[in-house]
Amino acid sequence: MLRRLFNFKGGVKPQTYKAPSVQAPIGLAPVPSRLFVPLHQNIGGVPNPLVEVGEQVLKGQLIGGADGWVSAAVHAPTSGVVLAIEKHVAAHPSGLPTLTVVIEADGRDQWMTRTPVDHRSLAPERVREILRDAGVVGLGGAVFPSHAKLTAAKAVAMDELVINGAECEPFMTCDDLLMRERAEEIVRGSTIFRDLLGARRVLIGIEDNKPEAVAAMQEAVRRLAVDYEVVAVPTRYPAGGAKQLIRVLTGKEVPASKRSTELGVQCFNVATVYTAYRALAHGEPVISRIVTLTGNVLQPRNWEVRLGTPLRDFAALGQPKADTSNYLMGGPMMGFEVPSLDAPVVKATNCLIAGSPALFPPSPPEMPCIRCGACADACPHELQPFELYWFSRARNFGKTQEYHIFDCIECGCCSYVCPSHIPLVQYFRFAKSEIWAREREKNAADAAKARFELRNARDEREKAEKAERLAKAAAARTAEKKAAAAEAGAAGADAPPSRPASPADPVAAAPALDAEAIKKATIVAAMERARAQRAAVQPRNTDQLTAEQQKEVAAVEARRAASPAETAPPAQPVVVREGEPDQP
Amino acid sequence: MTDFTTPPYLLLERSSVRRVMLQVLAALLPGIAAYVWLIGPIILVQLAIATLAALAGEALMLGVRRQPRGLFLTDGSAIVTAWLIALAFPPMAPWWLIVVGTLFAIVVAKHLYGGLGQNPFNPAMVAFAACIVSFPALMSQWPALGLTLTLTLSEQLQIIAGLASRVDVMSGATPLDALKTALKLGDGELDVPTLLATQEVFGHFAGRGWEWVTSGYLLGGLWLWQRRIIAWHAPLGFIAGLSLLAGVLWLWQPQQFASPLFHLFSGGTLLGAFFIVTDPVSGCTTPKGKLIFGFSAGLLAYTIRVFGGYPDGVAFAVLLLNLCVPLIDMYSQPPIFGLKNEK
Ligand code: SF4
Ligand code: SF4
Repeated sequence: MLRRLFNFKGGVKPQTYKAPSVQAPIGLAPVPSRLFVPLHQNIGGVPNPLVEVGEQVLKGQLIGGADGWVSAAVHAPTSGVVLAIEKHVAAHPSGLPTLTVVIEADGRDQWMTRTPVDHRSLAPERVREILRDAGVVGLGGAVFPSHAKLTAAKAVAMDELVINGAECEPFMTCDDLLMRERAEEIVRGSTIFRDLLGARRVLIGIEDNKPEAVAAMQEAVRRLAVDYEVVAVPTRYPAGGAKQLIRVLTGKEVPASKRSTELGVQCFNVATVYTAYRALAHGEPVISRIVTLTGNVLQPRNWEVRLGTPLRDFAALGQPKADTSNYLMGGPMMGFEVPSLDAPVVKATNCLIAGSPALFPPSPPEMPCIRCGACADACPHELQPFELYWFSRARNFGKTQEYHIFDCIECGCCSYVCPSHIPLVQYFRFAKSEIWAREREKNAADAAKARFELRNARDEREKAEKAERLAKAAAARTAEKKAAAAEAGAAGADAPPSRPASPADPVAAAPALDAEAIKKATIVAAMERARAQRAAVQPRNTDQLTAEQQKEVAAVEARRAASPAETAPPAQPVVVREGEPDQP
Repeated sequence: MTDFTTPPYLLLERSSVRRVMLQVLAALLPGIAAYVWLIGPIILVQLAIATLAALAGEALMLGVRRQPRGLFLTDGSAIVTAWLIALAFPPMAPWWLIVVGTLFAIVVAKHLYGGLGQNPFNPAMVAFAACIVSFPALMSQWPALGLTLTLTLSEQLQIIAGLASRVDVMSGATPLDALKTALKLGDGELDVPTLLATQEVFGHFAGRGWEWVTSGYLLGGLWLWQRRIIAWHAPLGFIAGLSLLAGVLWLWQPQQFASPLFHLFSGGTLLGAFFIVTDPVSGCTTPKGKLIFGFSAGLLAYTIRVFGGYPDGVAFAVLLLNLCVPLIDMYSQPPIFGLKNEK
């Protein structure tokens, strides 16, 4: 407990609004009659549907298989019948529909056969696979597949595993309650992750406004006789951002261009660790999560909710007050307004806040930036948000990258303090998505150019071959004619001009033709190889992006491309939220 | 782009442009109070004239530029400019000079450059520079203190209305100017310590009376810093730059140069340090940049004030540095989180 804590610059201290929802223990939300389980609930590959309409499924049964390594499986949250596999409105700011498995619950809530395993008896590779197939993703909100973060860097020793229980977003208390009530599972889950990463130490960081959670976790650590440190960190938003918490606990600063494992540290949210433990020790895949339901409701509380529960059914549990005007998913700093209550609870849903004009008054009118620098003082990544804002506005995206726009975690601190009420984060999202769009276009154009050149080369080759063939044929004909003439001269008869070439001709011509073709093909292939090499060495973007940044861009791009709102600029969601680092 | 669907949904309630400006105005009050005590309520009349002129100019330009008047007229920024002008100009300046200066600041220096947040030059300093170039005599006439208070308010009003002129009152100069002129006239025979001790225009450590006004600015400035409305970098840089040069010369030739203390509390030094070089719009934004900006402005201000032809150098120094802001900012970008050890 006497650890030296580090500080991160910036940050803000908004009112927390946490008290109302911690009064009651976690409640078990009833299973709705119909569940809508989107297949894509993680960053990365979209799982493939593994069930068919009309099929009977059991609770926990795999219904969507992970697509590739960076992907995670999806399961039936209860037993029932698959009614449809169709597009359904998603829990996403755009509300664009995504492929969803609709399950009619049969009310029996019957588990499939679960097979608990002891992670120590399995190869680490196998454990990661199990986690992937159990659908374990970052539940802090980033929903990055956890197994893909559980490999230590080869060259760097794994010093610390940081378990994130900071929960810095206002209103949100799901992690708090989880730690209070299920501390032991969290500690056991941390052990699994520690073993997989080979981490030397485990640090559990909790904001000091949650003394009950700190006590419960310390108690669990003592009971299980492990040497993990439970550390109360100062309450300041965004202390629960993975990078901020890592900084506070270890002093390490992870830039956007690096993976945290390259610095010998990795960070997971408490809820993620908890589900990983359930997945291994109980064989239970991720089919539910704890969600805070609070705000303008009569019964603020945390609920364990089945994934796929329509938000409408879920919100009703809190008895929203009459003047509820809208709902936020996630916290008020980084969350988004729910487009429709038909959208279901998903793995990323950590909090649902009923809003009212009194609770979230509309933002005052936007004024010009007065360059006061308040945003820069508040930025935990020590960026100059107003410069990014000027450049984004001017669509000078190269400059935004020079000023590190991709280091922005979209925490909203800058917008929070801005006296001119400029929606800065909105501008940054816009700039980022524009940059990605341009990258995509450029890549597409490059590919098209390559295709074009390839086709040109082929046409050339074919033309050359054809000319060659014609020449050969002509030569053959002339030779033949001569022969025929000679023959005719000898025999005194005319040779028919259109007489087909003798069977010997093509055989004679073929080797020559082939040799030519092979030579040309070799040239084309060599050209292709050179181009591929060039493409490999050339940065993908002409702007000054480092290789790591590109990797990051590619990763985020992948997740945006995968997200259904891809075509809905500029209000794109970026669900990099407390708890889960955003890198592959 | 502002609507309800924009996170964050929580905003810092006490943060708004108007609040920032109101706090700046509040921070000017101690200095104004000392001013009133020194010279009477006439300065309040000047402040009112400047305020009205600024609001009129603002309203006019907002109309021309089709900007929402309700929003921008009440943001307080024009009033800050107005007050700075009223405080930087001679207190007995004719009303029209204040009006011309203020209108020039608002119409040309602010709105023709794009309005709030866009002006590269500090509007109040543009006004000051324009007026001192155009009306050097009027801008250099500072009331000889001790006499002014013998005038009634109505006499003072007549003076600024241009209806009366009291040469005895108006013939004064700023303490800085007085020192410079006396040294020039004395041609080496007079020295600074004697002058300061004998001439009645000088007080305890700077210009008589003015030293309390500038102390008031210092007080207000410290309060602004404590409220985090301004950062310490620019004021400290400014004071350091000015004191450094003043100190070196003073140590070298104490007979010829006044002490840094004198310079700090004379002329526009402290008003400049806490209210002018701290102007966010026309100043640097990075911490290092603010230091450089302040320090260079301090050096320049001293140089112009002591060796130049104008009574004070703050305005020209600030305007010159305003020009360099983009460059300074570009080269003083602080390292960001996680990249501090690189490059
Ligand atoms: S806080 Fe707002 S007004 Fe101030 S510099 Fe940043 S963007 Fe501009
Ligand atoms: S949203 Fe980005 S720029 Fe704004 S404070 Fe957070 S990290 Fe800094």
